[in-house]
This record gives sequence, structure tokens and C-alpha cells, in this order.
Amino acid sequence: MAARSPLQLFWRRFRRDKVALAALTFIVLLILVAIFAPVIRNVLGLPDPNAGSTEALDDFGLPAGPSSEHPMGVDALGRDIMSRVLDGARVSLLVAFIGTGLSVIIGVTMGMIAGFYRGWVDTGIARTIDVLLAFPVLLLGVGLASACSGREGCLGGALQPGLTVVITIIVIGNWPYVARIIRGQVLSLREKEFVEASKSLGASNTRIIFREILPNLVAPIIVYATLFIPANILLEASLSFLGVGVQPPQASWGQMLSDASSIISSAWWFMLFPGLALLFTVLAFNLVGDGMQDALNPKSSRQR
Amino acid sequence: MAGYIARRLVWMAFLLFVITLLTFIIFSVLPAGDPAVARAGRQPSAELIATIREQLGLDKSKPTQFLNYIGDILPFVGGNGVYFGFSYQNNTEVLPEILERMPVTIFLTAGAVILWLAIGIPIGVLSAVKTGSWMDRLAMGIALVFISAPVYFLGLVVLYLFDNKIGIWKLLPGNSAYLEAGSIGEKAAALFLPWCVLAAAFAAIYARFLRGNLIDTLQEDYIRTARAKGLSERRVVFRHGVRAAITPIVTLLGLDIGLLLGGAILTETVFNIPGIGRYAYNAITVSDLPVIQGTVLFGAFFIVLMSLIVDILYAFIDPRVRY
Repeated sequence: MAARSPLQLFWRRFRRDKVALAALTFIVLLILVAIFAPVIRNVLGLPDPNAGSTEALDDFGLPAGPSSEHPMGVDALGRDIMSRVLDGARVSLLVAFIGTGLSVIIGVTMGMIAGFYRGWVDTGIARTIDVLLAFPVLLLGVGLASACSGREGCLGGALQPGLTVVITIIVIGNWPYVARIIRGQVLSLREKEFVEASKSLGASNTRIIFREILPNLVAPIIVYATLFIPANILLEASLSFLGVGVQPPQASWGQMLSDASSIISSAWWFMLFPGLALLFTVLAFNLVGDGMQDALNPKSSRQR
Repeated sequence: MAGYIARRLVWMAFLLFVITLLTFIIFSVLPAGDPAVARAGRQPSAELIATIREQLGLDKSKPTQFLNYIGDILPFVGGNGVYFGFSYQNNTEVLPEILERMPVTIFLTAGAVILWLAIGIPIGVLSAVKTGSWMDRLAMGIALVFISAPVYFLGLVVLYLFDNKIGIWKLLPGNSAYLEAGSIGEKAAALFLPWCVLAAAFAAIYARFLRGNLIDTLQEDYIRTARAKGLSERRVVFRHGVRAAITPIVTLLGLDIGLLLGGAILTETVFNIPGIGRYAYNAITVSDLPVIQGTVLFGAFFIVLMSLIVDILYAFIDPRVRY
């Protein structure tokens, strides 16, 4: 009988959770929708997400509701909401994936260095983590984004308002959490027998870190990344809602909700569809994250 | 214990210093634009800009500016009698404006905290005791939905449904109601919907958290011992289980209160509640940097303060922490 790798075991356990599996399917579909949004728009005959038309507004300038032409209605500028919700999915997922990916890379590197080498390097990194964790991410984000909202941007123009700032905020806010978790894992892994065995065979530190320790971290990294993604989708949406995230005319769910807030009584569709898109996306990621956590840690207390 | 508290105090002072430094870097070093220009209005003359630069001390070196900023935050150190700088918008001092809005934010936070503890804890305990039952599954399912829903979406939905001016069922005071409220009763009524919305997400988090903790605790040996002694199940669960499982909630609660006291910016924005968060939001819409900087710093201060309080409380509750 072939030995199963930790990842295979992980997948076998995850598969049993039907709800999580359904949520995973939803996410895969959503990613496809985001990638092929322009194609889908063409097939459905929807207008460009930024193309506004006054025809869809009534005499009082109020937007029209869902119709065969505009399945989710139009917004206050006469732009097709379905088209913008599709476009918003692209931004939302792009920011969350890139932000989470970068945070994981930085966090894992720092966590491994701190946990493996210990000593003053560890103290330095651990203290930095403590300081950053004491800083509220949303506040930090609001601060950084508004400080960079001027026409000149930040750092001599390197940090412009919009996607770059949002991703920067996500990375600053997330890597300390990743690093702290990884550091703890590495601290315990480095004392294990298989590391000692490798060391006694004359393996270099690099080899031990990448070939012995890192493979054991893959499963927890995937789980935590899955839990960070929904939080980051919400963070992007919140920043955009406050007007310091994704910049107009680029569509984003948070900003659409903000625009919709002044006319909810006359245009419920403007608030409902971006809101539901956000809710379902975050919910799906949370369900998958829960399922993964159970699969990684079968003794976990969620279901017994 | 005294040594522990002293160490935490030194750490808190250090944290506050680093946070002030970071905030200063974010607002005064990173931006490429000139704050004097931002302040001077449209088409300013070169002299006006130069005067403003001198007034704000922008002609000094960055380290000097940082020392001056510390003087603004701690007037007894700098002695320049300025509190958190001046708003670009209307030249008022920032700190008094924040403090003036403080009671509103405290009221909002306090009500929401009471509500979410009152909802979250019983649900968490029941779910843990009846793990796997339909009630547990339903409660945890709903909890996950509330955790996934952003407060502003939830806020807009309840306004659409229940706002007494624009809602489908005109039941409760909604958007901007707090601004018109006079008596304390009217203010509480105006905050009812925001309390519910804010409490929904937190109650869900606390219920899930407590449930997980309690399930783990109920597997402990001392619980088996308690059962073996012949104690009633109710006593085992509440006196032995919940008591131990609820301790980590103290930490969570402290940090969440700290976070909200710094301004529940999203909730206050949706419902137009004139607290610190709404003050920050208004400043964002007009790029009033000193105000944003002040509220960010103020918010960070509360979080650091609450984590200190939590650490000390925790050391009292659980003596193992005092290393």
C-alpha cells in the first residue's frame, strides 16, 4: 500500500464535508466568471461596465430596475449593475488573491527565519509582529489610503491610490499573523527527530528549511490562506465603501454599496446585488476555510 | 504581579511611541503632495504657501516636525497648546472635536456589547451542549452568514426594511435619527437598529468561539471528575465548563471594545451617527488629513489601552500568565 502524503490525507477528509465541497465549487465557478467576465458580458449582451446611459434613467433621474435588458437594473449613472457586479468580482478576487499571496510569502519567510534561527533575529521579528498586530488594520488602511489619496500619491508617486494601496494594506495587516503562526510551527518542527536525522546526515540549513520543514507547513498555509481571503475581500470592500479603496470609475462591490446607500428606498437593486455578491463570496470562502480546518485538524471541535 | 504590570506598562508606552511614529511617517513623510498647498485653497500665492509652511512648521526638518507632533499630542511635553493639530476643513483643533463625539461612540459601543453578549453567550453554550443537533447546526449556519455579511450591507438592508422614513415597514428610527434625537430615550431608540446590526456579527463570532472552547473544555479530565462526583449536568456545564471556557472571551471582548471605541466607522457611516467614526469618514471625503491622522491615532490608543487592561485582568483571572 502506497503511503499517503499529508496533502492526500487532507483532501480525503475534506471531500467528506459536502457543504464545504459545494462552497468550493461555487468559488471555482466564481473565479471562472471573474476571468471570463468580458466574454460573459458579450454572450448576455450586457453593456460595458462603465458605459452609462441616460435612457435607463426616468424623468427624475432615478435608475430603472431589473428588466430583460438590464437583469440587475442600472445605477444612478445609468450603468448596468450586472455588468458592474461581474467586473467587481474581478477586482475583489484579484486584490484578495494577490494580497493574501504576498502576505503568505512574506509571512512564511519571516516566520521560518524567526523560528529556525531563533536568537536576536527571532526577537527582532517577533517584536515587529507584536507592534503590527497592535495596529488596527482598518484604521491603518484608512490612514495610509487617505494619506496617499492626493494626486501625487505616496513615496514620490510609487504608491498610487487604488489597487496598489489596498494590496499594500492587506500585506501589512496580514503578514504578521501568518508569520506568528508559522514561527510557532517551525519552533516545534525544528526539534523533531526527522530534522535531527537530516542534520546528522550533514544537510545544510537551506536544505532542512526547504526540504524538511516547509513541506510540513503546506497544509496549514493553505488553510490559513483560505481564512485570510474572505477577510481581505471584506477589507477591500470596506475601504472601497469608505471611498479610499478601489478608485472610480472601476467597479467594486464596496463602492457600489456606498453609492447605493443614498438611494436605497428608490433603487433597492443597486444595493442588493453587489451586497449579495459580496455576502455569498465571503460566505463560500468561510465555509471552505471551516471545512479545511476540520480536515487539517480532525480533532477540532467544530463537528463531532 | 507589580513587576508584570510594570513590564506591560513599559511595553504599552513603547507601542504608543512606535504607533505615533508610524502614523507620522504615513501622514507626513509618505505623501508626495505638499500639505501647505492642500491647505492654502485654490490658486494660492507663493507667499501664502510659504507663510502656511512656516505656521505649520513644515519648513523644519522631518525629525523636528516629529518632535513637534509629539508636542501636539502631549501638550505638557511640547507646551505649544495644540491638540492633535488643526483640521484643514474648518481650522478647529482635532482632539476637542474627537472628545465631543466620544459619548456617542461609547453609547453605540456599550449597547452593542450588551446585546451581543446577551445573544452570543447563550447560543454558544446551547450549541456546545447540544453539538450536532438541528438547533446547533441552524445556529452555526446563521452565525456564519452574519460573520460573512459586511455591517454596511446588513445596515442598508435593515434601513430598507425598517427605517421609519423610507422603509417598507416604517417601524424604527433609522438613518440620521440620532441627529434629531433629543432625550436619552430617543437617542437609544435611534441607536436600536445600529446596535442590532453591530451586535449581529459580533454575537455570531462570540457564539462560535464560545462553542468551540466549551466543547474542548467539556472533554477535559476535571469535567469527567465533576460528573463522577455526581454533580448535576447543569452544574457541571455552568460552574466547571462555561467558567473555564469563557475566560478567553475576556481578551476578545477587550480588544473588540477597544476597536469600536476608536470609532465604529462603518456602522456610524451607514446610519449617519455623529460619533468618532463618522467624524473620520467625513474627513476622508474631503481629504482632511490632520483629522484622519488624529482619529487613527486615537483609535490605536484605545486598542493599546484595552489590550493592556485585558492583559492585567487576565493575569488576575489566570495566574499562569504572570511569568
